[in-house]
Amino acid sequence: MDSTKKVIKLKVNGEAYEVAIKPRMTLLQLLRNELGLTGTKQACMDNSCGACTVIVDKMAVKSCSILAMQVNGKEITSVEGLASKDGKLSPLQESFLEHSAFQCGFCTPGKLMSSTAMLEEMPDPTEEDVRRDMEGNLCRCTGYVQYLEAIMDVVGKRKEAAK
Amino acid sequence: MKDFEYFSAGSLQEACSLAYEYKDVGKILAGGQSLITLLRQKLISPTCLIDIKGLKELEYIDFDQSAGLRIGALTTHRAIEKSPLIQEKYSVLSEMEKSVASVQTRNWGTIGGNLCSADPIGDPAPCLIALGAKLKLVNAKGERVVPMEEFFVDYFTTVIEPDEILAEIQLPLPASNTGVEYMKFSTIEAGIKIVSTSVAIAVKPGTDVCDGAKIIMSAVAPIPLVANKAAQMLKDKKLTDDLIVEAANMAASETDPTSDVHASAEYRQQLVKVIVKRAIRQAFEKAKKA
Repeated sequence: MDSTKKVIKLKVNGEAYEVAIKPRMTLLQLLRNELGLTGTKQACMDNSCGACTVIVDKMAVKSCSILAMQVNGKEITSVEGLASKDGKLSPLQESFLEHSAFQCGFCTPGKLMSSTAMLEEMPDPTEEDVRRDMEGNLCRCTGYVQYLEAIMDVVGKRKEAAK
Repeated sequence: MKDFEYFSAGSLQEACSLAYEYKDVGKILAGGQSLITLLRQKLISPTCLIDIKGLKELEYIDFDQSAGLRIGALTTHRAIEKSPLIQEKYSVLSEMEKSVASVQTRNWGTIGGNLCSADPIGDPAPCLIALGAKLKLVNAKGERVVPMEEFFVDYFTTVIEPDEILAEIQLPLPASNTGVEYMKFSTIEAGIKIVSTSVAIAVKPGTDVCDGAKIIMSAVAPIPLVANKAAQMLKDKKLTDDLIVEAANMAASETDPTSDVHASAEYRQQLVKVIVKRAIRQAFEKAKKA
């Protein structure tokens, strides 16, 4: 093994991995280049746009700005982990589809990850909460309305189901 | 990003000895929300990173009725924002944290990392100065406590020595008859602040007379700027609207902003007049009720 590499262990979408990496590798590069999980997108690379958002230990984070070494031993969920094993989409994924909550689709994985983490933490957000919480996810096509509707639809349906 | 040696410190003690050993070539890595970008852009290229993000011993929020508040340097922005204790006793700090960058950055980024990166657009520093914060710095040999006003030296530069680590932020008890207000101007909430200010106003009980003021601004100088002349104008005076406007104009004259893609220097100075005026008014109202 290359002596400058270090071994880390982590769980991604429920699966355990052990990988030897150079310390300079970011979590984003690990997911895309080492594990072949290209659903997580690379865009601004300077912590601005949120396209690379994944969930680490239940928190949404920007994978371009975290070293892979720092997630040693942690559990990661990327967009590939949202649907169940048999391919059934998550309620947010369904709702994004239903509302056509994307234009080019490049920011969609990041938006799905941010909104998934948000609804875990805050089950009953107002529209204002959602707008505020999702500010770290930019959409170059400016498609900000449909995904807001998609998220609020999931919130509404959950409330309905809880009755 | 260039290659570097990487150490994950298992304890603060180990981090201190690593920091000492590699003091000429190393950098401390906390959440890395500024550092990783700087490395990628090759603005800095340390040959060694000492990762302290995993040190649970520096992640805490403790309040003591006599000593005040102590925040471990590796506490995340998000933890400060969400802390019921801080929301109750230092609400301005929680309000300010809510607008630090984005949720994702607040989830991973730490208060200590933010302060040590010493970016003059940062919001936490002015707010903490307004609240009278001190910083505990440790190294292999011992520790020292530095008032926050004396921490920043220049753009991205602090008094911290290469072998030192910021361990704790200390805040006194909330001062009586004092209101603290944070205010900002930015085009989008999660975006770069064009200017922001934190203002503390103390009033003489039952009067409209100012007993002391602190006005601190971000993004208008190489370091968080303490507007001493403007604060001095308010002291022992009745806080009339005219005086508040005069003080805000004075604060603007104390700034030395630069022009960048976000705003021109002139625009920043103009905005200071407006937000400092509003923040003084708000802090004054809060002080009368405190």
